[in-house]
Amino acid sequence: MTAITDRQQLAYIAGQAAEARVNVELETEGMLLNIGPQHPATHGTLRIVVQLDGEQVIAADPVCGYMHRGYEKLVEVRKYPQINTLVNRIDWLGHFANEVPFVLAAEQLMEIEAPERAQWIRTILFELSRIANIALFLGDMGVQLGALTPVFFAFRDREHVLNLMEAASGGRFHPNFNRIGGLKDDLPKGWIDETRQAMERIRRFCDELETLLMGNEIFEARTRGIGVIPPEIAQSYGLSGPNLRASGVDWDLRRDVPTPLAWQHVDWKVWTHPDGDSFARYWVRLQETREATRIVDQLLDGLPSGPIMAKVPRIIKVPEGEAWVSTENPLGEMGYYIVSKGDTGPFRVKIRSASFNNISILPWLLKGVYVPDIITILGSLYFILGDIDR
Amino acid sequence: MTAAALPLVHAAPTFALELAYWQETLIKVGVLLAVIPFGALVLGYVYLLKMMSHMQSRLGPMEAGPHGVLQLVADGVKFLQKEDIFPERADRFVFAAAPMIVLLGTFLVYVVVPAGPNLVIADLDVGIFFALGVASISVIGVLMAGWASASKYSLLGGLRSAGQLVAYELPLIFAVVGVAMQAGTLSLQGIVAYQAEGAIFGFDAIGLPLIIPQFVGFALFMISAQAELTQTPFDMPVAESELVGGYHVEYTGFRFLLFFMGEFGTAFALSAIAATLFLGGWYVPGIDPGTTLANVVGPIALFLKTMIVAFFIFWARISFPRFREDQLQGFAWKWLVQIALANVLLTGLFMELF
Amino acid sequence: MSSADTEQTAPDETEAAEEEAAPRDEAREALLAELTGLLGDAVVDSHIAPGRELWLRIDTAQWARAAEVLRQAGFTYFCFLSGIDWKPSPFGKSEGGSVAAPGAGEESGDTGAAADAEPEHGYTGGATRFQVFARLHSIKRGIGVILKADVPDDTLAVPSWTPVFAGANWHERETWEMFGIDFPGHPDLRNIYLPTEFEGHPLRKDFPLLSREVKPWPGIVDVEPMPEEEAGDAAAAEGAAEEGDTP
Repeated sequence: MTAITDRQQLAYIAGQAAEARVNVELETEGMLLNIGPQHPATHGTLRIVVQLDGEQVIAADPVCGYMHRGYEKLVEVRKYPQINTLVNRIDWLGHFANEVPFVLAAEQLMEIEAPERAQWIRTILFELSRIANIALFLGDMGVQLGALTPVFFAFRDREHVLNLMEAASGGRFHPNFNRIGGLKDDLPKGWIDETRQAMERIRRFCDELETLLMGNEIFEARTRGIGVIPPEIAQSYGLSGPNLRASGVDWDLRRDVPTPLAWQHVDWKVWTHPDGDSFARYWVRLQETREATRIVDQLLDGLPSGPIMAKVPRIIKVPEGEAWVSTENPLGEMGYYIVSKGDTGPFRVKIRSASFNNISILPWLLKGVYVPDIITILGSLYFILGDIDR
Repeated sequence: MTAAALPLVHAAPTFALELAYWQETLIKVGVLLAVIPFGALVLGYVYLLKMMSHMQSRLGPMEAGPHGVLQLVADGVKFLQKEDIFPERADRFVFAAAPMIVLLGTFLVYVVVPAGPNLVIADLDVGIFFALGVASISVIGVLMAGWASASKYSLLGGLRSAGQLVAYELPLIFAVVGVAMQAGTLSLQGIVAYQAEGAIFGFDAIGLPLIIPQFVGFALFMISAQAELTQTPFDMPVAESELVGGYHVEYTGFRFLLFFMGEFGTAFALSAIAATLFLGGWYVPGIDPGTTLANVVGPIALFLKTMIVAFFIFWARISFPRFREDQLQGFAWKWLVQIALANVLLTGLFMELF
Repeated sequence: MSSADTEQTAPDETEAAEEEAAPRDEAREALLAELTGLLGDAVVDSHIAPGRELWLRIDTAQWARAAEVLRQAGFTYFCFLSGIDWKPSPFGKSEGGSVAAPGAGEESGDTGAAADAEPEHGYTGGATRFQVFARLHSIKRGIGVILKADVPDDTLAVPSWTPVFAGANWHERETWEMFGIDFPGHPDLRNIYLPTEFEGHPLRKDFPLLSREVKPWPGIVDVEPMPEEEAGDAAAAEGAAEEGDTP
């Protein structure tokens, strides 16, 4: 924390306190501004009620629930294979990655394990969905800051990844490709070569953004020191994923938690950044995208052969028990706590989505910042509305 | 030097056609009315739609007319068809007047921009001073729009806009001061004449475009013009991702179209002024400013030079993220004003020394 | 004390503790011993799934203290907090009226009626209808723990974690509106997802999923009736279920 205390975050708070004293003397009253629910910076229907003094935020209160679909209730009346369809709509940009922890949790309770090839393909598609998700962030952050061009590059190159997803699973956005015990299908012919080419493109895209956006002085001026989250605060709010790593916490579920997926077979690096500001969050995500392309490349090289489906009963009944499985999704830690009563459907599923925790820090983080910085911070925390509201 | 510039303008050839004052005025108003939409459309199509699209690896509009040339016309027609909505609590009169005032400023700038030895609506002696003065009128319109919309986003946009335009007025004017000092006149025709007659250390084939001695001034003028036009990286007053359009967020249809035309019309006007001040305006090397040919070639030359200047404005718009309001103010007051003052001082010193 | 269930085969683990074939989890057992020492009598019950997870059931009165103690012990990462209603649903899975609710003989509709259906608790047991559960993780140690606490049936109140973990704020608001569990000590307990005027607590088992009540699940008509003998042995591994598992 000491490394960050002298940064702008505390200067803001001090400045805001001084400002507040002046306001008490002058008895001016703040302005309430509703950012959202229909606002371009909230990518969906998040509403943030901010109390402003001039352009400075005195208090911010995020209001979510405009897109609450009640998945935790819906899954209670569904069977396990049906739930798979639902959960990949939670974080709709990280589609495939949502399914994996759920399927793993069910497999854990049933004590079956998908064949190795299925686990590798799962890992590949998991990383592809990470790329598809984060690539959009990398471009969108530019739009939030007023630079129009990067987002078009992002859409251009992300398209190739979505095409791969479609070729493999039939769905660009909602693949629904996982089955309990494996995968629906094997990879189509020629897919591996195309994937390699797409990874090459993504790496070029990352280089492009590094020079176009991250090297820009204005971008640095707008993001450095903005929205600084110290590691202790980040952990107590349950921030995860790149947001936590940008605060210097070296924690990645892919590496640190034993998992049947194939990450431990490849050589890759967990990137962290000590600053904890918006720039760090951008930087970490950019590095992570590159790293994901490396993971995919290596996995393609070593892809084992074999079946893609384990022996599972025709009617899936999950034995009684409780299981918690979480994975490192594009947005952060996503996990399912499944309580089974031995039925064809779960008794209760608690969905722990990353954005919900990531956004809960906003009231603390937005205090004392200026209106344009709200946008920077919202953009850099990077949330998907479906992931907040579930 | 100063004295030499003036006779040239007054010795310019006259048309054989003699028109009554009212006829002349009518033609001038007609030309003016045509030039602004024309400029706005050309800039909008060439740079906003096409250049931006191609820089972003996409095609842009392709359907309306060949290569999409009529897209903006189609958009304009669409805007005219839209319902004219007044927000419930808006101050109706001010709300309606604001876009007119913004456009008025744009109109008046064109009055002094010369397109040829005779092709100027009014060759005022205080030309550049007048142009920069009336360009600021749009601030009032923007403030009115921001206030009268009765929307918090509009209000923030209007206030930001006012603060920004005031801050950048100063470096803009100081950037021009260097030019005026060197040319020894405030008249735009005079400045063009100075550039036409000048020579670069005795090499007089292309005259003396003031961008060469006044490069710092040119850079300052372009940066400040970017801010005056509220183009990225200085577009906080409109800031789509924060204020969702700022002062014009509540405007629809026809009134929004006026703002749009005002924005691009002013961009065209300021580019034309920059072309006149720094690139020699309508002057084309090799064509004697005293001939009728100059009146024919002049507008084309001015247009091309304007487009070159406008290219830089839009290039920056497409490439950069935007500043934060306080960073923008800091940039203006801490850097641009100082540099502009130093530029004026140096210009004065050089004029004394050489 | 329902300790380590023996039939566990953990999916291939990398931790050294899991390499041996015996389903023991020394790391988690050591952790359990340590936490029991720290928390004392606050630990009512515990459960270890080897290589997977450690469950602790905490005395409700000491719920907040447990959070503080665990935080001091290095469990600084707040993962989630939620609740569970252990009472079997009187509505079954709402797959058209024919499917009876498991364990609930009563009519659906009356929210208080299915009282004779006793709640069946999961790991670490329980004494009340509602439980709250939460997960904390220690990034330094690379291990997490799931905590549970009974929610007294009369007060429906559990001490708030918000003073200890700021992130618990939103999770407690969600649990409050979804289950009606009160969190004394929470700074502003108000709805987070639901509209302010919403009545009822949707995730309680006696809250009907109205869309299913109004119109039965259409998917049910496609499903062939379940053969009794097959339903009996669910573990029968016959046929790769590539096709047949999705109705």
